[in-house]
Amino acid sequence: MSHPTPAQLDAAAVDCLKKLDLAALKVKERLAIPPQEMPSQDPEVRRRNIQEVALGYTAAQAQAEALRCLQCKNKPCVAGCPVAIDIPAFIQAIAEGDYQKSIDIIKKDSLLPAVCGRVCPQEEQCQLPCTVGKALKDVNKSVSIGRLERFVADWEREQGKVKLPAIKPETGKKVAIIGCGPAGITVAADVRREGHAVTIFEAFHKSGGVMVYGIPEFRLPKVIVKEELATLEKMGVTIQTNFVVGRTRKLLDLLAKDGFDAVFVGVGAGLPKFMNIPGENLVGVFSANEYLTRANLMRAYDFERADTPIFRSQKVAVLGGGNVAMDAARMAVRLGAQEVHLVYRRSRVEMPARIEEVAHAEEEGVLFHLLENAKRILGNEQGLVTGMECVRYELGEPDSSGRRRPVELKGSEFIMDVDTVICAIGNESNPLIRQTTPGLDHNKWGNIIANDQQLTSLPHVYAGGDIVLGAATVILAMGQGRTAAAAINKALAAQPAVT
Amino acid sequence: MNTILKKTQLSDDVVQLRVAAPLIAEERKPGQFVIVQVDSDFGERIPLTIADADAREGSITLIFQVVGKTTMRMAALKEGDVIENILGPLGRPTHIEKLGTVVCVGGGIGVAPLHPIAQGFKQAGNKVIIILGARNQKLLILEKEMRAIADELIICTDDGSYGRKALVTEPLKELCQQAPKPDFVVAIGPPIMMKFCAETTRPFAVPTFVSLNTIMVDGTGMCGGCRVTVGDETKFVCVDGPEFDGHKVDFDNMMKRLRAYKTLEDQARHTCKLQQEIARKESEMKP
Ligand SMILES: Cc1cc2nc3c(=O)[nH]c(=O)nc-3n(C[C@H](O)[C@H](O)[C@H](O)COP(=O)(O)OP(=O)(O)OC[C@H]3O[C@@H](n4cnc5c(N)ncnc54)[C@H](O)[C@@H]3O)c2cc1C
Ligand SMILES: Cc1cc2nc3c(=O)[nH]c(=O)nc-3n(C[C@H](O)[C@H](O)[C@H](O)COP(=O)(O)OP(=O)(O)OC[C@H]3O[C@@H](n4cnc5c(N)ncnc54)[C@H](O)[C@@H]3O)c2cc1C
Ligand code: SF4
Ligand code: FES
Repeated sequence: MSHPTPAQLDAAAVDCLKKLDLAALKVKERLAIPPQEMPSQDPEVRRRNIQEVALGYTAAQAQAEALRCLQCKNKPCVAGCPVAIDIPAFIQAIAEGDYQKSIDIIKKDSLLPAVCGRVCPQEEQCQLPCTVGKALKDVNKSVSIGRLERFVADWEREQGKVKLPAIKPETGKKVAIIGCGPAGITVAADVRREGHAVTIFEAFHKSGGVMVYGIPEFRLPKVIVKEELATLEKMGVTIQTNFVVGRTRKLLDLLAKDGFDAVFVGVGAGLPKFMNIPGENLVGVFSANEYLTRANLMRAYDFERADTPIFRSQKVAVLGGGNVAMDAARMAVRLGAQEVHLVYRRSRVEMPARIEEVAHAEEEGVLFHLLENAKRILGNEQGLVTGMECVRYELGEPDSSGRRRPVELKGSEFIMDVDTVICAIGNESNPLIRQTTPGLDHNKWGNIIANDQQLTSLPHVYAGGDIVLGAATVILAMGQGRTAAAAINKALAAQPAVT
Repeated sequence: MNTILKKTQLSDDVVQLRVAAPLIAEERKPGQFVIVQVDSDFGERIPLTIADADAREGSITLIFQVVGKTTMRMAALKEGDVIENILGPLGRPTHIEKLGTVVCVGGGIGVAPLHPIAQGFKQAGNKVIIILGARNQKLLILEKEMRAIADELIICTDDGSYGRKALVTEPLKELCQQAPKPDFVVAIGPPIMMKFCAETTRPFAVPTFVSLNTIMVDGTGMCGGCRVTVGDETKFVCVDGPEFDGHKVDFDNMMKRLRAYKTLEDQARHTCKLQQEIARKESEMKP
């Protein structure tokens, strides 16, 4: 089957709309509207470029998809959304063609819809309980809430209609935010709106967190994040890059010496896990963080212009089954690798990656090795990777969580011929802040402990996002950011006014 | 911020920059480093030790050897120019205390990071013996500054053009053979030099610390690109180091990892040289 072009998909949607009596659509007719496929770049073409893969719905597609929504009274989708966006309402507005109203509804609850529409695991959240998916007995046929969210968010940005939120009169109070990822960005916006002065301290030379250094351009174009950050700056938020709290300045000094009234810690989960297998420090073994940072943030994909080098691999093995693994594998394809193998210890259903990313990776030629795992990495005298010893697994008895545990098949070892190994088995929390901030409680995994208001064990110090949750998602980071901001605003309002 | 206040050519390919960086100047301690990037869009992030700092002036001093593309681009900067990004101070500071006799061994550009450490040990009341090594006299840096600190200064050159014709490990071994033997050794220089310094002191069981110069990206523990094997463990140089027990470091693995991008870097350096050459020719031809 050849790859459908955006024009073909649009024509099909137009056709479908023509046949409908929009004034009196019955449930059965809504369920009969075909789920709208996301237009995307042809796999053969996109394997060689860094541009976004998913191109976004056309207006006709968006309308057709929006008409599939049954406007359920009990709104199961809203219960599945971590920030409880009024989903049927924003979809209804799209169906009516009132995009402005639609985006306004979303923005009441979500700050980064263009991002979340692209990267949220919708099939595990809002789209999982969707009535349409249930009726059609396939979660992949649920209303494409994420794509619709993206559609109106992109519309707003492309129209140049992004409105600056109203900002209350200056209160003279100061809030410091550590880390400029989704959690920090959310807190900044919500706290600034109350009229408090906000400074974000970011370690990297560019802000945006994982959205700029981890998630690749082909999945989340940098301009989108850039515009969100520009909006923040227009609101009067100061972003200070090249500032690593714990080293450039201690967290407690921000409160004691620099006059900040509250601090939010949103430093993410930036400590790559390795497998702890022999050969892991050979040349050609990378953490996904390093590989993706070189490629994205440092733009090493632009061989001509970037000063930062990246390995020119021929045969790559990526270890892991999450979004990070998919990103690394697909990046390796784009950097010119001939073969990219994805090695995952469990089976496909357990893969934590978004369904769409798994599908895209396969379309781009990534080879999946399920129920296999790396045991040892082999190298030559120069210390270069020459291969990887793998072992096969089978699914055994269910463990305490009910998932069938993968068990090693004795004697099934074999050698995979690769020159590069990328470890994408997860991130732990970076120890810098906790090591340099006495009294800041953390759990045994190093995550900072926060209460339901995101307040930590230290007064005036809040935390949220991956540093609290462990490696999680953009939307959960944003949700905790909102909670923290509300708590900070409340605490600051209760303090005497600064004169 | 980040303006170059003073530029000095220390030797043919070693440049010293004093740069305005008040926050870093205030917080930094001996042994720490910064990550420098000349341009945000396409520049590479490279680690450089803070060779000195002046908190009152709000400046730090960087000393670097021109070895590749980024150091070449930095060497082309002039006083008044701004380095786009400087992040720091990074890494754990050197643990400095009064131990007795401390031998500081510096090789090549390693003398630059050694300077603040030697200074620190001196201020802590130690007897400081400094051994400086270079391929030849012209490549020797910071002799005057080190002489001002040292209780005893030994200079070695590979070709005998200055001081002793010897490798730094020779006088180091002699010092270890004397009674009382040194209480502590710090060695900073090319990996191969650090490796052999550690081998020299091992039989004498003199604690020996080295400062590792691995390839880095973020410098904050996020990428693991800087990892080395120390004892049985993997350590990240940027957050767990840069200083480690030299008797435990797997230098062979580290040296291999340093060469990871060798071919690509050689190409980049070559193109960069060509471009500079063209730019120079063009400016010469201008009336
Ligand atoms: C490759 C990859 C793909 C992913 N794909 C998805 C996806 O498809 N969908 C999804 O929902 N989630 C995805 N995630 C996870 C998601 O990106 C994170 O859960 C989310 O970004 C967490 O947000 P955060 O604000 O807590 O932290 P981060 O985004 O990690 O931001 C933290 C920021 O703090 C800075 N920082 C750290 N320490 C300091 C310090 N001491 N001082 C100053 N600044 C500091 C960091 O440089 C960083 O910019 C992915 C993650 C990765 C790595
Ligand atoms: C903690 C730390 C402190 C350092 N302090 C200093 C300092 O004070 N002064 C100084 O001159 N250098 C220092 N270095 C080394 C410096 O970072 C490298 O020389 C620099 O990255 C080279 O960049 P480039 O683009 O000019 O050269 P590249 O083109 O990247 O490399 C050119 C050549 O240098 C080798 N090389 C690459 N990276 C390094 C490295 N990190 N160390 C040694 N050789 C390397 C390559 O194999 C290649 O042959 C330090 C390194 C670390 C990790
Ligand atoms: S559950 Fe599905 S059909 Fe029902 S309101 Fe939500 S999106 Fe619409
Ligand atoms: S430089 Fe990235 S972890 Fe050390």
